[in-house]
Amino acid sequence: MKTKSIFLLSFLFLMNCASKEEEIYTPVPYNLEIPTLFADKLIAPIIPTNNPLTEEGVALGKKLFFDKSLSGDNSQSCATCHNPKKAFTDETRFSDGIDGNFGTRNSMPLFNLAWNFNEKFTWDGKDFSLEKQAFEPVSNPIEMHSNWKKVVEKLQGNSTYPDLFLRAFGTSTIDSVLVTKAIAQFERTLISANSKFDKFLLGKATLTAEEQNGFNVFMDEAKGDCFHCHGSNNNPLWTDNQFHNNGLDATFTDLGLGKVTGDPNDNGKFKSPSLRNLKFTAPFMHDGRFATLEEVINHYSEGLQRSSTIDPLMKKINDGGVNLSTKEKADLKAFLLSLSDEEFVNNSSFNK
Amino acid sequence: MKKYSFLLIVILLAFNSCKEELDCCVNPPSVNLKFTHNWDGVPITNQDFNELKFTNENGEKLSIERLRYLISNINLIGSKNNLLVDVGENSGTEISISDIENGTYDLSFRFGFSDEDNKDGTYQFLNSVSFDVPAMLGGGYHFMQFDGKYIDNNNQETGFNYHTIRAVDRTNPADLKFEDTSFEVNLGKVEIKNNTEIEIKVNIAEWFKNPNIWNLNELNTNLMGNFEAQKMMRANGKSVFSLGKVRQ
Repeated sequence: MKTKSIFLLSFLFLMNCASKEEEIYTPVPYNLEIPTLFADKLIAPIIPTNNPLTEEGVALGKKLFFDKSLSGDNSQSCATCHNPKKAFTDETRFSDGIDGNFGTRNSMPLFNLAWNFNEKFTWDGKDFSLEKQAFEPVSNPIEMHSNWKKVVEKLQGNSTYPDLFLRAFGTSTIDSVLVTKAIAQFERTLISANSKFDKFLLGKATLTAEEQNGFNVFMDEAKGDCFHCHGSNNNPLWTDNQFHNNGLDATFTDLGLGKVTGDPNDNGKFKSPSLRNLKFTAPFMHDGRFATLEEVINHYSEGLQRSSTIDPLMKKINDGGVNLSTKEKADLKAFLLSLSDEEFVNNSSFNK
Repeated sequence: MKKYSFLLIVILLAFNSCKEELDCCVNPPSVNLKFTHNWDGVPITNQDFNELKFTNENGEKLSIERLRYLISNINLIGSKNNLLVDVGENSGTEISISDIENGTYDLSFRFGFSDEDNKDGTYQFLNSVSFDVPAMLGGGYHFMQFDGKYIDNNNQETGFNYHTIRAVDRTNPADLKFEDTSFEVNLGKVEIKNNTEIEIKVNIAEWFKNPNIWNLNELNTNLMGNFEAQKMMRANGKSVFSLGKVRQ
């Protein structure tokens, strides 16, 4: 009798497991479309094995990215400082948080993040992985100024989020890890690869004489010599994703990478930003000090400041830089603007 | 001929991925090639970077800030591997080759790419780390990117970019003339006996002295398009590499 009861209980237990398994929703793998140029020229994007892209995860991440309930007073979302129309940055030098306080770094644009092969994010590389980066702004007192406990409570109490998390991650119990995983999934889908110059490389557009000459200035070691840090026709990310001191200051108020590593040799080094979408991402540099592209080009041409950590690729420092002619500067600007991707900033998949 | 093009980190993953399969049967002998770096015999790692602690044959004090170079066609029993050694990132300094029978072999490799392999835009792992060469210089890839600073004749700290590529004569930009400045390094015979580690010593000081004593005050930047400088670099590079310890 006792044995029969055990069998019966075991059977009911197994049936229970089976029915629960049936309830578990299997998310649909997201088909990340790799642009032709990227597929041809670059190694595969970084997709963490513990956070594969799924249709449900990406959609949830997008909803969270635009959700103001992630901030302390429900007034700001990630998109407040990372506006899709501005290639996911904003137009101000420093962004103001919910209490009206300002940071000291310019909001970084967001695109092609899965091709950041060293996975060091932010201007100083302090966050290893997109998931880790997404943790920070929520609790930062000068940004969204909330805390994860409150955010999770709000999301858990929402009528739709628990089910969306269940579909994306197999659990309706929300936590900060799953929130940042979803946001990172959405961010990895933000691909920009359809600028005029991309089309030129694919044989679908023709450059003007100015744009072509500007590209030559960009690639000429004796002129702009931009390609060593900012990519090329063979590296269409238009960044090396490395950290350099590009001669902005003789002394540093912001140590950049040096503060993260503790190595004085890294003082004043910041990530090379991609040169894509400059049409939408002013102001420029880690501290947004330059309002226009002309100011940026003038810096490299005659504004370099000597310091102990300035990159050896910065040439002719005694002359302030490479001393481009007026025409070379104008042409370089024309080329740089050809890297702007109107389709990206108008892509409805990336907008609210 | 089978060719491989990958960074060390990918190599390690690749070998790890097949390790279980190999363990089930028998562990074949493997060879680990290890590049070590020195300045006239004094060992160098990336911890020695960024300090003006070296003096070249011409008497100029200098620092190393970035040192990446390309090794291709590593030849041991006919295997052909390409490797990007990045001393600053401490990556690519070792490469493992498996499935090698015990025996005595000639070990050789090529510094840079021969013209045959130096095809513009075709190596994704090199494009991804911005190691390519502008089309105006004939395209293809850097063989070495060696950046640092030196104390110039005005006693001022100044940058240098000792970048080696296929030499290009741009006298007539419409008709570029090239000279293959990659070179083969033959380290002679090595005995492979079970698992073997082979040290390849890289004396960075040699880039500045043999046979051409390098004057950084004259040749410091914009060297990629300097036809004569590239040929001098090639000549100096030939004494940089030597066989170190072989451990079984």
